[in-house]
Amino acid sequence: MSCADRQARIDAHLDGELEVLASMEMEAHLKACPACAQVYANHQALREALSGAALSYRAPVALRRRIRAALPSRGESEAARPWMLGRWLGLAAAMAVAIILAVVLIPARRGPSIDDLLAQEVVSSHIRSLMGAHLTDVPSSDQHTVKPWFDGKLDFAPPVRDLAGQGYPLVGGRLDYLNGRPVAALIYQRRQHFINLFIWPAQAGVSDALARAAPRQGYNLLHWAQGGMVFWAVSDVNPDDLGEFSSWVKSTPR
Amino acid sequence: MQEQEQSARFELEVVPHLDAAYNLARWLTRNDHDAEDVVQEAFLRALRFFGGFRGGDARAWLLKIVRNTCYTWLDKNRAKDTPAVFDEEVHSEETSSDDPEKLVLRGSDERMVRQALEELPEQFREALVLRELEGLSYKEIAEVAGISIGTVMSRLSRARLRLEKALAGNVGKER
Repeated sequence: MSCADRQARIDAHLDGELEVLASMEMEAHLKACPACAQVYANHQALREALSGAALSYRAPVALRRRIRAALPSRGESEAARPWMLGRWLGLAAAMAVAIILAVVLIPARRGPSIDDLLAQEVVSSHIRSLMGAHLTDVPSSDQHTVKPWFDGKLDFAPPVRDLAGQGYPLVGGRLDYLNGRPVAALIYQRRQHFINLFIWPAQAGVSDALARAAPRQGYNLLHWAQGGMVFWAVSDVNPDDLGEFSSWVKSTPR
Repeated sequence: MQEQEQSARFELEVVPHLDAAYNLARWLTRNDHDAEDVVQEAFLRALRFFGGFRGGDARAWLLKIVRNTCYTWLDKNRAKDTPAVFDEEVHSEETSSDDPEKLVLRGSDERMVRQALEELPEQFREALVLRELEGLSYKEIAEVAGISIGTVMSRLSRARLRLEKALAGNVGKER
C-alpha cells in the first residue's frame, strides 16, 4: 500500500476505527515513514486545538422551552383542550394501575431490578447535573483540591485522580445523593462531553466485575466495585470511550 | 393513551440530544437565529416520524433529521440570496499531503480555529463537527450523513488536511 492510499487510514487510526491488524500495520508504518508520521502528528495537534477551543454551541433556553411546549403531553393549544381531559383521566388510570403493579411486583423481584432502579437514578442525576449551573460544587482540575473538599462532607474518602494525560481531564467534584445515601460525584470531560463518576462505599458481597447497564435515554452506563467502593460512570460519550475511561479509573494508583 | 406514551418516550429518548442538535445546526447554518428555526422545525419533524423510529441510536436518528432540515433550509436560502453556488468541492484545489509540513498551532486560539472550521465546505465541516465535537463513531456519522463508512473516512481525512492548511496559513499571515 502506498502512502497516498494510506492517507484516510491515518485518520481511521487516529479515530480508533481500524481493525486490530490494520492498526498494528499502521503503527509499524508510522514508525518507519516520517511523512505519514508528520500527518498523524498534525492530526493530533489539530484534535487538541479543536478540543481546547470551546467550539460547541448549547441550545438557548428559549428554544428548549419552545420544544418542550410543542410536545403533545405539554401542549397548550386551544384545540387540544377538549380531549386533554380525557387523556389526563386515562393517564391517571394508567398511573393507578402502574402503582398497584409496582407495589405488588417490586418486592417480589429483587436482584436485577435494584440495579435497574439505581441506573435510572444515576442517569437522572447526570441529566440534572448538566441542566442547571450545578455541575460542580468544587470546580477544579487539581485532584489535591477536589479530594480534600469531600473531607467532612462524606463518611468516606473517595479516590480522586486527574486523567488529563489519558484524555479525560478532571473538571471538579460535587456532593450528590444516590441509593439512599450521600455520594461523591467526580466530573470528567471527554472532548465536549461530560462524564459523571459516582462513588460510594460498597456493601459486603458486591461483585468487583465490570458491568455495563443497558443505555438509557441515550446515556451509557458502566458500574463496578473496587477497593471497597462502588463506582458508576455515566455519560453520552460512546461506549468504547466510557469503557476506556473506566479502565483508566480502575488502573490508576491511589 | 398511545400518543401520551409516545410523547413521554420522545421526551426521554430524543429531547436530551437537543444540545447536539443545536450544535450541528449552528455549525451548518453559521447563524444563531437560523439554527434555532432549523432545530425547532427538525424537532417537529422528528416528533411526526417518531412512530416509525424502532429504537436504536436516538441521537444519530435525530441528527440525521436535523442535518436534512438544515440542507433543505440552506438550499432554499441559497436560491434566494446567491443563485450561483460556487461548488467548493469541484473548484478548489485538492489538498495534498505530499511532503507535509509540521503544523504549528499556537496555544489554541479559539477565534482562529472557529473561523477556519466555519469556512470549511459544508460536508467537511459536518464530518468534523460530528466526529470531533459530538464524538460520533464512523458508523454513526455514516448514518447521519447517509454515506458509506469509507466515505466518512476519506471525508474526515480531507477535512483535517484542509483545516490544518487553513490554520497553518493563518498562523503564517499573523506573523
